[in-house]
Amino acid sequence: MTTAETTFRRRLLARKSSGIGFAILCLAATLFAIAALAVLLIDVTSQGIGRLSWDFVNSFPSRKPEEAGIKAALWGTIWMMGLTAMFAVPLGLGAAIYLEEYAGRNWITRIVEVNIANLAGVPSIVYGLLGLALFVRALELQRSVLAGALTMALLVLPIIIIAAQEALRAVPSSIREAAYALGATRSQMVFRQVVPGALPGMLTGIILALSRAIGETAPLIMIGALLFVPFTPAGPLDRFTALPIQIFNWASRPQKEFQENAAAGIIVLLAVLLTMNAVAIVLRNRFQSGHRG
Amino acid sequence: MVFDPETEPVPAESAEQRPAAGTPSPTVLETRDLDVYYGHFQALRSVSLAFPARQITAIIGPSGCGKSTLLRCFNRMNDMIHNFRAEGEVLFEGRDIYERAMDVVDVRRRIGMVFQKPNPFPKSVYENVAFGARINGYEGRLDEIVQRALRRAALWDEVKDNLRQNALALSGGQQQRLCIARALAIEPEVILMDEPCSALDPVATLKIEDLMRELARDYAIVIVTHNMQQAARVSDWTTVMMMAEDRAGEMVEFGATREVFTNPRDRRTEDYITGRFG
Repeated sequence: MTTAETTFRRRLLARKSSGIGFAILCLAATLFAIAALAVLLIDVTSQGIGRLSWDFVNSFPSRKPEEAGIKAALWGTIWMMGLTAMFAVPLGLGAAIYLEEYAGRNWITRIVEVNIANLAGVPSIVYGLLGLALFVRALELQRSVLAGALTMALLVLPIIIIAAQEALRAVPSSIREAAYALGATRSQMVFRQVVPGALPGMLTGIILALSRAIGETAPLIMIGALLFVPFTPAGPLDRFTALPIQIFNWASRPQKEFQENAAAGIIVLLAVLLTMNAVAIVLRNRFQSGHRG
Repeated sequence: MVFDPETEPVPAESAEQRPAAGTPSPTVLETRDLDVYYGHFQALRSVSLAFPARQITAIIGPSGCGKSTLLRCFNRMNDMIHNFRAEGEVLFEGRDIYERAMDVVDVRRRIGMVFQKPNPFPKSVYENVAFGARINGYEGRLDEIVQRALRRAALWDEVKDNLRQNALALSGGQQQRLCIARALAIEPEVILMDEPCSALDPVATLKIEDLMRELARDYAIVIVTHNMQQAARVSDWTTVMMMAEDRAGEMVEFGATREVFTNPRDRRTEDYITGRFG
């Protein structure tokens, strides 16, 4: 006992207090982040809540701030998000499943994976340029909501692929072995056991991707989303505008009433975002093991 | 090759229902000069064994001598390791399972496996047992197959009131019996068990050993175990494996369990059994 007391400087007080200090620092960081978010929400809500009404949601933009509404932008965003999801989700999940389950572990696969990770970091304006050249001009989709959606799909594809790959990797190999040992082919093993097990993680990736897409403004400006639209898209090839663009437009006007409009627009944008996330979270909870029968 | 009808195999004590002593047991699974390599490393050398139908054969030996590697050759699970190479023959009902024309999916259906750590799917008890039947294209009433398999695995009474509960909610011993039921549902001919009780408590272990003796009435069972008492309790035949100096696994002795444990022919077997090493 005495030898231990002399060889180990236990310094219990110092260790415990540095532990507490570290915990306090972490708590402070969390509170700071929450405070920043709270300030934003309170500012926006107090400015915009007065302007929020059924008329606001259902009117088209106008030069007079009290008559301006968000209808065109809201429907433009809804159209665009729907089309983006339609393209990005199957492509992203399919690529992740292929890379993780079917592709061999060779240098080609490695290069592909590294490139996908790099693409996730490319600035969104570059995707805007790509979309302009490829979808608007080369494929002659013109400045339509479809071109915007395809550009957004490219933007968020790496996010979905990386998150889905992580989710697939997290499925334990014991499940795969068990499936093989029962005589499953690789496809049966992948689609009946591994993918269902990875679904919660995949849905999280989809949430992250769509949340990113809904707020991106720069690529849409490049594509040619309009600033002043008196109509909602009737089909994928129509011209369109989107919530971030409308908000940006209003926020850059000097009149105080337009600032209130912008704040109300932000509230609508957050509401759409939260609804999308809520749907995905409900789906994810349904698929998590323990709930499924 | 190995079973001489003149020599009576002395069955383990509780196996009264097994074919009477002296009746030759047909060989259902056999290896001939099996060499296994992982890249340049030789894991198994020249293993020649035969496993009879409706009997329990134990494979024992110290850690690292290649018991699990050998077991996984029998249902080609080692194929998944990319630098695996097998030379020699593994014959299932007379046909080499490693020949090109053999459908590995069919081999795995007919030679089932239970793993060391119970690995039920994160689905309901019903879905676990039904999975094998579904993927193998079973066309019949799934409810019947599920019930029959669960009864044969001695798990039916414990789960019959709630087949929809998640398999992960069961205890370790129940999960392992569920894995056995899952393997039984597809009507295999051989059941391979890789240390099936090593992750379980003694009570659960005894239940599974009883289950094994029941199952041996209909299936050939090959069990890898590092528990010699278990091998002595449960098996009819025992194979002893050892690691040579170059770390390749070799078969050192094979015979009726009682003979191997009371009158081993090889010195290394005797050392291992009496606990001088391993």
